[in-house]
Amino acid sequence: MAEQKTYEQKPRAIRPMRGRGMPVPKGAIKKGTLPRLIKTVFKYYKWQMIVAFVCIFFNAMGSLVSSVFMQSLIDEVITPAIREHLGYDGVRVKLITMVIGMASAYMIVIIAGFFYNRIMAVVTQGMLYHLREDMFAKMQNLPIKYFDTHAHGEIMSTYTNDTDATRQLIGQSLPTLLSSSLTLLVSVSLMIWYSLWLFLVVAVCTFAMTLVVKKIGGNSAKYMVAQQHSLAEEEGFVEEMMKGQKVVKVFTHEERAKEDFERLNAKLFKDSERAHKFGNILGPILGNIGNFTYVLIAIIGGLLYTLEVKNIGASSLFFGLQTLSIGTIIAFLGMSRNFTQIVNQMSQQISMIAMGLAGASRVFTLMDEAPEHDDGYVTLVNAKKDENGNLVETQERTGLWAWKHYHKADGTTTYTELRGEIVLDSVDFGYTEDKQVLTDVSLYAKPGQKIAFVGATGAGKTTITNLINRFYDIADGKIRYDGININKIRKSDLRRSLGIVLQDVNLFTGTVMDNIRYGRLDATDEECIQAAKLANADDFICRLPDGYDTMLTNNGANLSQGQRQLLSIARAAVADAPAMILDEATSSIDTRTEALVNDGMDKLMHGRTVFVIAHRLSTVRNSDAIMVLDHGKIIERGTHEQLLEQKGTYYQLYTGAFELE
Amino acid sequence: MVGTVKTLLKSVRQYKKPSLITPLFMVLEAFCECLIPFFMASMVNEVQASATATMQPILKYGAILIGLAALSLTSGVLAGRFAATASCGFASNLRHDLFYKVQKFSFANVDKFSTSSLVTRLTTDVTNVQQAYQMSLRIVIRVPLQFIFAIIMSFTINAELAWVFLVIVPFLAVILFSIMRFVMPFFRRIFKKYDALNASVQENVSGVRVVKAFVREDYETKKFQKAAGEVRNDFTKAEKILALNNPIMTFFINLAAVLISFLGATAIIKSGTLDGAFSTGDLSALITYGIQILSCLMMFSMVFVMFTMSFESARRIGEVLNQESDLVSPENGVKEVKDGAIRFENVSFKYSQKANKYALSDIDLDIKSGETVGVLGGTGSSKTTLIQMIPRLYDATEGEVFVGGVNVKDYDLDTLRKEVAVVLQKNVLFSGTIKDNLRWGDESATDEELVRVCKLAQADEFIRSFPDGYDTYIEQGGTNVSGGQKQRLCIARALLRKPKVLILDDSTSAVDTKTDALIRKAFADEIPNTTKIIIAQRVASVEHADKIVVLDGGKIIACGNHDRLMKESEIYREIYEAQTKGGSDENEEGGAL
Repeated sequence: MAEQKTYEQKPRAIRPMRGRGMPVPKGAIKKGTLPRLIKTVFKYYKWQMIVAFVCIFFNAMGSLVSSVFMQSLIDEVITPAIREHLGYDGVRVKLITMVIGMASAYMIVIIAGFFYNRIMAVVTQGMLYHLREDMFAKMQNLPIKYFDTHAHGEIMSTYTNDTDATRQLIGQSLPTLLSSSLTLLVSVSLMIWYSLWLFLVVAVCTFAMTLVVKKIGGNSAKYMVAQQHSLAEEEGFVEEMMKGQKVVKVFTHEERAKEDFERLNAKLFKDSERAHKFGNILGPILGNIGNFTYVLIAIIGGLLYTLEVKNIGASSLFFGLQTLSIGTIIAFLGMSRNFTQIVNQMSQQISMIAMGLAGASRVFTLMDEAPEHDDGYVTLVNAKKDENGNLVETQERTGLWAWKHYHKADGTTTYTELRGEIVLDSVDFGYTEDKQVLTDVSLYAKPGQKIAFVGATGAGKTTITNLINRFYDIADGKIRYDGININKIRKSDLRRSLGIVLQDVNLFTGTVMDNIRYGRLDATDEECIQAAKLANADDFICRLPDGYDTMLTNNGANLSQGQRQLLSIARAAVADAPAMILDEATSSIDTRTEALVNDGMDKLMHGRTVFVIAHRLSTVRNSDAIMVLDHGKIIERGTHEQLLEQKGTYYQLYTGAFELE
Repeated sequence: MVGTVKTLLKSVRQYKKPSLITPLFMVLEAFCECLIPFFMASMVNEVQASATATMQPILKYGAILIGLAALSLTSGVLAGRFAATASCGFASNLRHDLFYKVQKFSFANVDKFSTSSLVTRLTTDVTNVQQAYQMSLRIVIRVPLQFIFAIIMSFTINAELAWVFLVIVPFLAVILFSIMRFVMPFFRRIFKKYDALNASVQENVSGVRVVKAFVREDYETKKFQKAAGEVRNDFTKAEKILALNNPIMTFFINLAAVLISFLGATAIIKSGTLDGAFSTGDLSALITYGIQILSCLMMFSMVFVMFTMSFESARRIGEVLNQESDLVSPENGVKEVKDGAIRFENVSFKYSQKANKYALSDIDLDIKSGETVGVLGGTGSSKTTLIQMIPRLYDATEGEVFVGGVNVKDYDLDTLRKEVAVVLQKNVLFSGTIKDNLRWGDESATDEELVRVCKLAQADEFIRSFPDGYDTYIEQGGTNVSGGQKQRLCIARALLRKPKVLILDDSTSAVDTKTDALIRKAFADEIPNTTKIIIAQRVASVEHADKIVVLDGGKIIACGNHDRLMKESEIYREIYEAQTKGGSDENEEGGAL
């Protein structure tokens, strides 16, 4: 009568969540998620899984054997010993054999359980690792567009909540379900073997349990979802308020904030209370239906026994119709307890399975996103000139770069020196099909020139630079780099040739030195410090507690916006790329510091083709050409002086008659 | 630990009743669940003993069992419902207390906790504590009771055999708890690594442009693999140890079952009768109780693990709840600000007691009511720090600040901040309509007033150009208006307060120079009696101020009007020239676009 060993009893079932809240089942679960998940598990852990299955099988069987043991012990040893007056000595051998048999069955259960648990620990954690790693590697190759169109919180939740839910599914729900179904199957067969009548009683009660699960479980799931929504809503509000906490204080807006919070918090309470109420009562109800079943079987069994109704069961086929024995009824009572407990257990897994599948489905969706398209084959190599003045490829860093161009037609490879000539020829582009952002943009940057873009927010300045490094692909027209269509250049090489400083600075967790070195991984400390000096960042870095070894966390939260921009410039400087894009690189640096930075920037820009987007006129004034953009079109172009003479939009912008932002 | 728990439990409040009722019903349920196997065993006994089977014992015990099951059902359901109310209510109160606490925070307090950590505390951490609370209401009382009931019952059935359990229990207890103790430090370490792993994904996602621009996809993947690999290794190690729990538990349960079966069967047979002092029904009941006893130990160790794990969450919540705001509004504070005069007397300030460098030192400054004061200085020269002393967003470490002739520490905080309006550098608009956002300044402002201040801040024109005008919906963080528009809305919002002192912390940096000049002119014409303090990067923005303060390294290095500073301050001249380099008329109009 040993009860079902459950894998559920492991502490991981109640481990606190690390992600924010539970995953909200949204959208439909992708078709084929379960088979795919199982396939993936088998891909990495075929043998482990097979061994685990064998273990589950033995475990389930062993538990069952022990549950019939009591019946045999009573019917075959104890009763005969007393009724037939065999005495202790008469059954001693049988008793000891039986106890040894039982102990062996238990040993199998224990050994199987031991291996099963260890294997699953390895498999679950391993799968989690593989899923994460796969997801991350795939994510690195997704186009920028993906990140534009998906909320970052949503992506994060795939790494935290969804993988967590998937882990539950792999490590717990599916194995439990498997072993429960196995035992369920066997105990149904056993029950049918012993007595069909009594089994019918169990079946009716099981039906009742299913109805309860459907009703209460359904309600619980419904309010659980409502709770998740309220939680998300409150989280959104809290996030906004915490971010704006200083503004709240400056405006003594605390009371209003509290009122709004109160409203959301009350709703969350109501929903979560309901969800938990339904969740909490499911267990007691099912458990007591089990108890009722027990009593019902006893009564009906007793009636059948007293009325000497012929028992029908699968065993009747072999032994003919007999009346119900007391031992059978007792064994049946034990089995029914077991049975209802398993049903209870399985019902607890249902919501976990639904959540796990939803999680796995989202993990797979992320993995299935189409990666960034790249069929470029022209590569960027270090080059030097041999004695004849021809370009040859070399391994060391010479400062001279060449495009290695393999021509399929005649099987030859040519080298073109990288000079930084960039041409846009009638380029059209839109982030979405229906809204064109750039129309017929043509421009010409000669090697070493500084080209500036000026225009209102949304005029398309950043968009142009995004097209040059192929964050996005153009809809129509051509972009040529040293005469080569950039679609032919391998994306990674194209981007390596372009140093970039973005307006929104992103720093990574690590030391200041690590962050500068991000620009070129093999740069020496000396080179990084040199770059920092060029960007005029050395000064403030040296004043940090640990200088270049100061740890930056949380996107460099302990630095000012201006300091972060200086680091970002240093990072681009160390990359030492032949061409550069500076998108509002100095917008947060005060003018006095900017003056200092500018000297460095001038050195940095010297001899490179540079695209500059800037807010301040002083930054763009000395450009070789200034492009004035309006609604995705270049409306004016020329040098500062030329444009002033034209007395057009630039002149108006410049004199402040017109507003940019 | 006890202190933290005490702090948190203060938030139970109106849910004390359900919190106390839940364990009561839990006790009732545990009681029933212990009696049920006993009566089941008795039924089996009598049925078996009566060779002439009669329905009588079945009906008798059936009735008892159904009664008990009904009682167990009722108490179980009630306990479940009360537990839901108690735990959800507790969580709700915790969130409430946390949020209210943060509303009381000073700027220094806010700096201490990052936004995301506060959000995590209000969400995940509270959820963890809620789970632990519910668990303790339902299990912590129930399990020991069930444990004791089961032991009593098994001794009632057969005292000799029940000793088997008492021998096994300490063994199992020691082993289970040693495993848990051994594994806990692993988990604590893992969770830290795990959080770091998630943070790195976050970083990667938000920095995707940098990653791609520098072609660091492979580098990032390797970095991630390494971090994820570490988490995996530690986790696997811990889980492998934890995996011992189940087989060990099973081993002891089965050991007990085998021993009881063997000894029990022997005893029955030796007694020579089926309905003697010890019967076959007792045998199965004893085994059931044995499993109950040992499962209780398992539950104990689980609860122990969960408590240790949620304790980290509890600690983080307690940290916020116990944080005393270091800026408290004085009782009976002064409720009226006379005028906008400001005086700094020998003020020094550092952000934390431990910092060895002062952010501000020896500041002496006298501003008359209605004056316009410009503040200039390089990145990190503490311009913002200086002005934050005025509405008492921070308290001076040394020296005193006076507004309207009264020490800022003597004012009722709300009164002071109502009269000293600051447009912060990192300004924020909230999701809601433009009107909603503006009314942060004054909730009862009429539409006409809104239009008036927007005109002053040069915002009316662009607001009207929106299809929905003043009812245009602003997205969270104001992402659907441009930087310059956002700044002007923030200025309008501050103007609506009709403050005696208005502080603009680099609030027109994204506004073109012409508009900037218009705003300044409007200030001069419309609110002449308000003291205006303007932090700017452009000299043009402060050139015409009554007084310009030049800061460097937290010290005032020059102070005076434009003409005087041009003569006396080298740094001021340098800044001025840097911005007008090229000799154009830019300083007048084209400092920035």
